[in-house]
Amino acid sequence: MSAKSLFEKVWDRHIVVPETADTPAILYIDLHLVHEVTSPQAFSLLRDAGLRVRRPDLTLSTMDHSTPTIPVGSLKELKVVSEPAAFQQILQMERNCEDFGLELRGMDSDERGIVHVIGPELGATQPGKTIVCGDSHTSTHGALGALAFGIGTTEVAHVLATQCLLQRKPRTFAVNLRGRLPTGVTAKDIILAIIGRIGVDGGTGHAIEYRGSAVASLSIEERMTICNMAIEGGARTGMFAPDDATYEYLAGRPLSPQGADWDEALSRWRELPSDDGARFDKEVSIDVSSLRPMVTFGTNPGMVIPVDDVIPSPAGSDPGFAKALDYMALEPGRPLAGTPVDVVFIGSCTNSRLSDLKAAAGVIAGRQVADGVQMLVVPGSAKVKREAEAEGLPEVFEAAGAEWREPGCSMCLAMNGDYVPAGKLAVSTSNRNFEGRQGKGARTVLASPLTAAASAISGRISDPRPLVG
Amino acid sequence: MEPITEIRSRTAVLPLEDIDTDQIIPARFLRTTVREGLGENLFADWRYDSNGEKNTDFVLNRPEARGARILVAGRNFGCGSSREHAPWALLDHGFQAVISTEIADIFRNNSLKNGFLPVVADADIHGWLLANPGVELTLNVESRSLSLPDGRVTEFPLESFSRYCLLNGVDQLGFLLNHAGEISRFEKRAGA
Ligand code: SF4
Repeated sequence: MSAKSLFEKVWDRHIVVPETADTPAILYIDLHLVHEVTSPQAFSLLRDAGLRVRRPDLTLSTMDHSTPTIPVGSLKELKVVSEPAAFQQILQMERNCEDFGLELRGMDSDERGIVHVIGPELGATQPGKTIVCGDSHTSTHGALGALAFGIGTTEVAHVLATQCLLQRKPRTFAVNLRGRLPTGVTAKDIILAIIGRIGVDGGTGHAIEYRGSAVASLSIEERMTICNMAIEGGARTGMFAPDDATYEYLAGRPLSPQGADWDEALSRWRELPSDDGARFDKEVSIDVSSLRPMVTFGTNPGMVIPVDDVIPSPAGSDPGFAKALDYMALEPGRPLAGTPVDVVFIGSCTNSRLSDLKAAAGVIAGRQVADGVQMLVVPGSAKVKREAEAEGLPEVFEAAGAEWREPGCSMCLAMNGDYVPAGKLAVSTSNRNFEGRQGKGARTVLASPLTAAASAISGRISDPRPLVG
Repeated sequence: MEPITEIRSRTAVLPLEDIDTDQIIPARFLRTTVREGLGENLFADWRYDSNGEKNTDFVLNRPEARGARILVAGRNFGCGSSREHAPWALLDHGFQAVISTEIADIFRNNSLKNGFLPVVADADIHGWLLANPGVELTLNVESRSLSLPDGRVTEFPLESFSRYCLLNGVDQLGFLLNHAGEISRFEKRAGA
């Protein structure tokens, strides 16, 4: 038998009907994550066709995108703080889950949070599973060795009704990571550097496997940050092979296998890593020990430089490049560090887990957010919030002048009341610096929690390395 | 879905590369629970200024773009978010196809499921289309071909199942539902 990659093993085990020249494969889905923004039209489709949800037990529903991050004690209060359309969407989600018999981790659930944060933390995300969600950052779950990718709303309906998807097999892409991260450089900087190297379309049509000697030293939460942004490099998904760190992370979580099932699962999971000699359609290698903290300067995540470099000039005449710099009000040839900052956002499915908040708090502790800078800290889930509270993190942030909020997507996509005002510059730990992503006219610089926190203190885009270690 | 065999139209040209789905339809318009009505806010932040007035410089607001059903865009069109609202907005506005040298995966998938044709052209043809906005083109789904007004005809890739679904207006959910037996057998075998 020929050597198989992690991706191929998971793919092959989920084939209901193999692909042919004329038809795509029918792929079975083990876990479907559903949220309020990309599902309403899918539920309508089921309703119109008189269909049920085939496997409510394999469907995990929550609300995160359009929920406010200001604390609310009741539906009435929710209505007051939400924008009307967002409020309707929240109500519609409650109704859809009720009508279709789905358990909803709703506004009052202590398991609510950003879908990509709660899947792993509940133990629902497991090695070897196929996982989909109407959200492109579903690749996050690949950190645990799952094959996880984003789908559209029509496909959400397909999975609700049949637990299957029609798929053509993507090609494979090995991203080899070696070396050890220097102090002050994080998983976020690794993935930004990868995207800078391969470009925002470098992974199109491919499933990435991150591999190599650096992997063992990366925590599961760091791997999630790296998988999260696979889509920003155009890839369908990103995965890490499961290892002892994965099993340790999953042991004892509410939805992880227990007892004899755990032992059985473990022996299955141990077979997943790519075989020696597995072949990949594409490969790139990065020495992480040479990396510096990365920051974006343009309007896509591929426009990225080390924080102590100058903003590059476009190669030849590139109207897109000029437009991006014009939008960002930045000039080529100048340093990006030192640019005044208006808003700092710590949150999103990329960087809102406990380790991210602790990293930011470590920089902030005993210091003050600069005058005129608004700093928002938004935990990824109710659980992260509780754990952060148990460690006293809200006090650290609030003493420095930052705001501590309720879990949700918040300023990452600005559809819930939190946004960056037009023309203002935000250093953000989220994943997209597209024009208007964080609010109409908002200028986004993507960075790690360390860089974001350091920039909050100085009020300027700053290298965090002098403040850590 | 209505069957589509051929799209014949003038083009509108948006030469920028990496046009992401946040530009096609910004997130604040996703607070809807229906598919209809998104066309009004297609490319909203480029089409309207901060007072909500039409930005007259923007390609789609110019008279020559009126009625164009084929959009020609720069490389890597539709990257970013998985929002199906993007093809819904393009369709609602009146577009039926986009031509680029590269089209992002999820956007491409979503488009095909809604009868919106994503066409990948080679750099020569694409360059010519960018330089000649407003030309009349024919896109034929049956023969997977793009015909230029000067008589040149080129083929574009279109996966055979998607082509079949477009030509016949086939709903892919129906296709999946027809395999319910296999799905049940798989669940039994896998213990799912
Ligand atoms: S945090 Fe941002 S990127 Fe992540 S799921 Fe929410 S909106 Fe999407």
